[in-house]
Amino acid sequence: MSAVTTPRTTGAAVWWMAIRRDRKASVGAVLLALFVLVALGGPWLVGDPDALVGIPLQPPSASHWLGTTGQGQDVLAQLVVGTRVSLAIGFAVGLVVVLVGALVGVTAGFCGGRVDALLSLLFNVFLVIPGLPLAIVIAAYLPSGPLTLGLVLVVTGWAWNARVVRAQTLSIRARDFVAAATVAGESNFRIVTREILPNMTSLLVAQVIGSTVYAIGAQVGLEFLGLGDVSRTTWGTNLYWAQNDAALLTGAWWTFAPTGLCVALVGFGLTLLNSGFDEITNPRLQLERAWRAHLRRRGHEPGRSTPVVRHG
Amino acid sequence: MRYILRRLGFYMIAAWVALTLNFFLPRLMPGDPATALFARFRGRLAPEAMQALRETFGLTDASLFGQYFTYLAHVAKGDFGVSVAYFPAPVSEVIATGLFWTLFLAGTAVVVSFVIGTLIGIASAWWRHGWIDTVLPSTFAFLGAFPYFWLAMVALYGLGFTLGWFPLGHAYGDDLTPGFSVTFLADVVRHAVLPVGTVVLATLGGWLLTMRNTMITVLGSDYVNLARAKGLSPTRVVLRYAARNALLPSVTGFGMALGFVLGGSLLTEIVFSYPGQGYLLVQAVRNQDYPLMQGIFLVITLAVLGANWLVDLVYLWLDPRTREGKS
Repeated sequence: MSAVTTPRTTGAAVWWMAIRRDRKASVGAVLLALFVLVALGGPWLVGDPDALVGIPLQPPSASHWLGTTGQGQDVLAQLVVGTRVSLAIGFAVGLVVVLVGALVGVTAGFCGGRVDALLSLLFNVFLVIPGLPLAIVIAAYLPSGPLTLGLVLVVTGWAWNARVVRAQTLSIRARDFVAAATVAGESNFRIVTREILPNMTSLLVAQVIGSTVYAIGAQVGLEFLGLGDVSRTTWGTNLYWAQNDAALLTGAWWTFAPTGLCVALVGFGLTLLNSGFDEITNPRLQLERAWRAHLRRRGHEPGRSTPVVRHG
Repeated sequence: MRYILRRLGFYMIAAWVALTLNFFLPRLMPGDPATALFARFRGRLAPEAMQALRETFGLTDASLFGQYFTYLAHVAKGDFGVSVAYFPAPVSEVIATGLFWTLFLAGTAVVVSFVIGTLIGIASAWWRHGWIDTVLPSTFAFLGAFPYFWLAMVALYGLGFTLGWFPLGHAYGDDLTPGFSVTFLADVVRHAVLPVGTVVLATLGGWLLTMRNTMITVLGSDYVNLARAKGLSPTRVVLRYAARNALLPSVTGFGMALGFVLGGSLLTEIVFSYPGQGYLLVQAVRNQDYPLMQGIFLVITLAVLGANWLVDLVYLWLDPRTREGKS
């Protein structure tokens, strides 16, 4: 594929520059970096989250910044320690989901014929079966823990990625450079790994981010139901205990509000990063923005329809 | 017609996959499934009830193949076994008590969210870069990042507990008898505002963005420009020419989102102690009531498949190309 012969900056540097140029992407990246820092270093700063440190259900105060839970544990400590497990599961599941999706999608799109028909049927079926009830039934039969949770999330989450990757594979496969590679006698494996997959990098990165958002949300939901390991401190089990200790009916908002806010902030950060990437990798959006800025400088009001922009 | 039949065939296959998963899952448990399953119930269930359970699940000494057909035959009769948590009520009866409320809650939420989200999407594409377009899509995208059930907790705490504007749970007041009276229906609506509202808030953003993005593409197309050039009124151009075509991706997404929204709505039910499947599901998880859990999974799956088929009918009406039997 890449006929670029001039030396250029490596992949990571390109992404880094792109993130810094785009405002949305930088806000998202900063948010995310904050949470990753908390997940990595935070647990050492706050101490044991399960220690009974005070009177149960105390509102936020100087000694306990986010108050205490129904059992008398420190909410802030639980929140910080929970970040680690929740993010780890989220990122791991996000990655595996995309790997499985890409494998199935590329196989279906590249092989075509019966293989395609069968695999497409499979992911379409998994798309239409409601995920949460399926996840509950599977998780209930397996020993509770992070591994089960991860497995369940992968089983219920891979299908959408497979569908998108298959469509993309079909479209790339029809291009000339793939035909050229075939004529040149390259093996199928090489065509897939060297010609097709590299052309999907931005799609796959976007999918990893999107799947991580899904994995964190779904994981919190399942744990809230009591399907995680409830003796472990994660965001989901924090909410589970808040609900179990009737936090709402005693007015203890501090036991559930911060956790949900964190879930949302991570999700929002990832989404921002994703839409930033979209603007970076989608030349049409980029050119359109440049065109509108150009019109504004000249004192024109940009029109309502999407402008057709020339290259160069 | 062929399109509708083909989709129907697909849903039959999906239903079969769900049934088969349901059959094999208990057998994936470590060790001998029958012993492991029944070890948990010992002391809580009468021997006859255990025998009944065993038969419904096909966990007999027959071959796996034989067990599978016994199981299918039972499901076809609507026999999902006996609930453990609500012993001795059959699972089908337990599910029936909550089915209406779940369908009511999730159905209302998904329709309201779709309609409002799509309308805002149309508006923000038409007045692009106007205030609607700058404020609403990002606001709802942010709201969509919250877990549904957490939004429900916040709404319950703020509007229900602190301000006391709405009841704190259940589908209707304990002092009312269900019936088609005005007071009862009004009470049901009052109890539904918060659960429906929070699901709508959480899901609106998706519809809004899909519709907005497709509308922007469609508004730039030649036939819309022609319609405008002909001097048709803006309302006509937007609704009859652009929106109808831009709706297609949203409708396709609607079917797929149903299962997802239903999942969120089940969790929301738990927060509001709403007497639907979500509430039953928690009882099932807490009491390790496997027959009930599996029954709920099957019934919800079938409901979602049915709803998907209805969506296909709508698609057929919206897009004449599918009627011609092409693609």
